[in-house]
Amino acid sequence: MLTVPVETQIIFAGIIFFLGLIGLLVRRNMIFMLMSIEIMFNAAGLVFIIAGTHWKQPDGQVMFIFILAVTAVEVSIALAMILQVYHHFKTLDSDAVNNLKDQN
Amino acid sequence: MTTIIALIPALPFLSFLILALFGHRLSRKVAGFIGAGSIGIIALLTIVISISFFHSLPEVKTYTIRVWEWINAGNLKVDISFSLDALSLVFCFVITFVGFLIHVYSIEFMSKDEGFTRFFAYMNLFIGSMLVLVLADNILLMYLGWEGVGLCSYLLIGFWYKEPANGYAARKAFIITRVGDTAMIIGIFILFLNFGTVNISELMQQASEKWVAGSSIAVLTAALLLGGALGKSAQLPLQTWLPDAMAGPSPVSALIHAATMVTAGVYLIARTHVLFSLAPVVQSAIAVIGALTLLIAGFSALAQHDLKRILAYSTISQIGYMFLALGIGAWSAAIFHFMIHAFFKALLFLGAGIVILVLDEEHDIFKMGGLRKKMPVVFYTFLIGSASLSALPLITAGFYSKDQILWYSFSSQSGSIILWLAGIIGALLTALYSFRMIFITFYGEAKTEPSFLPGKLMTVPLIILAILSLFGGFVELPASLGNIHLFSNLVDNALPVTVTKSGDGLEFLFQAISSIIALSGIYFAYIVYFKKPSLSEAYSFSRLNKFFEKGWGFDKLYDTIFVKPIVWLSVIDKNDFFDLWNIGLSRLTLLFNRLLSATQNGKMRWYLLSFAIGIAVILTYMLSK
Amino acid sequence: MDVFFYIAAIVAIISTVMAISGRNAIHSLLYLILSLLSVSVIFYLLSAPFIAALEVIIYAGAIMVLFIFVTMMLNIGIERETEKQWLRPRMWIIPSVLAAILLVNLILALKNVKTIPPNDEAILPKQVGISLFSTYLIGVEIAAILLMAGVIGAYHLGSQKKKVKHRFLEIK
Repeated sequence: MLTVPVETQIIFAGIIFFLGLIGLLVRRNMIFMLMSIEIMFNAAGLVFIIAGTHWKQPDGQVMFIFILAVTAVEVSIALAMILQVYHHFKTLDSDAVNNLKDQN
Repeated sequence: MTTIIALIPALPFLSFLILALFGHRLSRKVAGFIGAGSIGIIALLTIVISISFFHSLPEVKTYTIRVWEWINAGNLKVDISFSLDALSLVFCFVITFVGFLIHVYSIEFMSKDEGFTRFFAYMNLFIGSMLVLVLADNILLMYLGWEGVGLCSYLLIGFWYKEPANGYAARKAFIITRVGDTAMIIGIFILFLNFGTVNISELMQQASEKWVAGSSIAVLTAALLLGGALGKSAQLPLQTWLPDAMAGPSPVSALIHAATMVTAGVYLIARTHVLFSLAPVVQSAIAVIGALTLLIAGFSALAQHDLKRILAYSTISQIGYMFLALGIGAWSAAIFHFMIHAFFKALLFLGAGIVILVLDEEHDIFKMGGLRKKMPVVFYTFLIGSASLSALPLITAGFYSKDQILWYSFSSQSGSIILWLAGIIGALLTALYSFRMIFITFYGEAKTEPSFLPGKLMTVPLIILAILSLFGGFVELPASLGNIHLFSNLVDNALPVTVTKSGDGLEFLFQAISSIIALSGIYFAYIVYFKKPSLSEAYSFSRLNKFFEKGWGFDKLYDTIFVKPIVWLSVIDKNDFFDLWNIGLSRLTLLFNRLLSATQNGKMRWYLLSFAIGIAVILTYMLSK
Repeated sequence: MDVFFYIAAIVAIISTVMAISGRNAIHSLLYLILSLLSVSVIFYLLSAPFIAALEVIIYAGAIMVLFIFVTMMLNIGIERETEKQWLRPRMWIIPSVLAAILLVNLILALKNVKTIPPNDEAILPKQVGISLFSTYLIGVEIAAILLMAGVIGAYHLGSQKKKVKHRFLEIK
């Protein structure tokens, strides 16, 4: 139904993915970093759907459902950990959580 | 029967192991019993072996037993095997017998010392190594024993290790003998390289067949082996360690530095005499070195005032006599003098040990005196020992042995009047310094009082050694005085017979001259040191005397030539220029460490950035292909 | 039909950009929801209506709401000043350059792809369901276990246990 070339579709998904990457690298607040990871997950799932439509197989959509489930779990665990970090460090700055640095 | 030969070195090693491993749990009595008892057992075994050996002469001249294979690498095949011939038998007898007496003496001498079991462990290790040395069938095993006695000498000189001067003396001994040992091992290498075997009898046989007398390789090898002998026997120029080695306990001085280890050089030369006959220039060098050493040491002994140092220089001098005899080809005379010297020198050292011990570690003879009445047994045995050392005519064994050397130094094929003159002057000096020792230590008024009297364990060995010093010479009487040749007949089974060029009639004349010299020496000592001590005291402050006392300046010479330049080099290298490479390397590593640890700053965004950069690089690289 | 795709794509990109560069957390999350909705439209256009619905329900409906809950719980919308301090324009340069490089790589990698002409058939949810429960059954089961693990983990990690000291041990 769509006649948009596949390359364009994938490039579009790629743009969204790289925007998420930029957000991950730039932001310091942990919530935002997690948000950027969500964007990246979403873009990856989009690529799967594009591929599934391209090759006319249901496998793409099946993969997307799995990715969705994994994302859900991951978000809940990550948010719980952010809560713990906040209660321990009293801040959401990811640069403040550098206890694993090389103490020389 | 031949397996007993293997037991002779094995028992001291066994008792060394027992004492070293379990010594701290044993009581003094048991430890002394094990230590001295093992030597007593092997003394008995030696007697048993010698009886059987005498019976098997003259058909069987050597007993050999192979115990096990040691090295088998390519064409180097070395076994642990022992061979006993007349030469080894004499040495074994002296080592085990005199060693046993010294061990018994040490039980009482070291009884108040805290390192009692350690002492006996080291002494037994020494006896074992020395026996390996003299019984070894191949030259590599002999070198093993050689090194073993060097090690034990180091351990025993520095026995009282808490005093740093003792450690210094021990190191000095080890290092100087090491110079000789290096020469010896190079000689052994040359021998193996040329003949492909290390068995001594095979080596000697092949050397006599293949090497031309006087060829440079024979001279080189003989000179190298001579170097080893010079180191161990404290002859010129490696003699400086022996006077300092007196820092060890007196039994050690008696055993190692009088009777046995320092005679290892004599044994080596006697054992490899074929090589020395192939290099006549080296053999003459031995005679010259012996003559020079006995003179230098004799003059030095006259100037010492430490009792044990007098005896140390006397040892150097007497071994000079043995070297003189070896150098002129008087093989049996050298071995005879070795045996008699072992008796009286051990006696003198043990007596000196008692004197020093009862006077609370007083070594200076000018602070002793009047001990004649206080310790009669010690005095009379010491007197007998000194008389034997001075070769008092007819009654002492020393007369017969030294006189034989003096006669051969004139009359043998390579002897000369000059060598005889050196020997006779040496005899005068010997008489002078030994009776100087007697008069100052035992006569006169007592300047230090003895704190206790020695017990039986210390005096009985003295008495036995004194008897041997008197009557031990009767196994070898010269032609003019009885013509008994028991000893030389025995030793001639292993060593060549001495060839003389003049007749026996002159021998009596020479004996008369040496007797007169010895007696006049004693008389001079009496006058100068006892009747009118003012004569000697005036001389003792002169510069010549100080020069003699410092051992003719050899220590100073070696210090200037060897020690000072190396110390100077290490001082200018204090900042360790050559270590810069290592330091630079470590600093470089630390720099990289700092750089790399800066990349591990625990910040998540930094890590994510590195992920992203990595992915970008890899993808670009893969796409560019 | 293509024009809808392009519109939805542009909306998605713009809202994503607003989401990642916002100062206020709640605003960013709302922009993200907008982005997800436009992606859902794209899904519908790609003949995956079921997935479009799932995207809205689960992703925008559950996950983002979870985000918003936590954000409100932690009260971080107030910290605008800190965010301003942390987000300087200078910081955008290097990540943007990297993303640009990667995008160029992606474009170059796609040059050699053969295009199959599009078909009229859509992949119906029925096909997806059959594939899910026959070929990928194990995946379904494992996803279920994963979800359960996630629930337990999230409960455990999220609980705050107050350390209770016996009153005798309290420091007076």
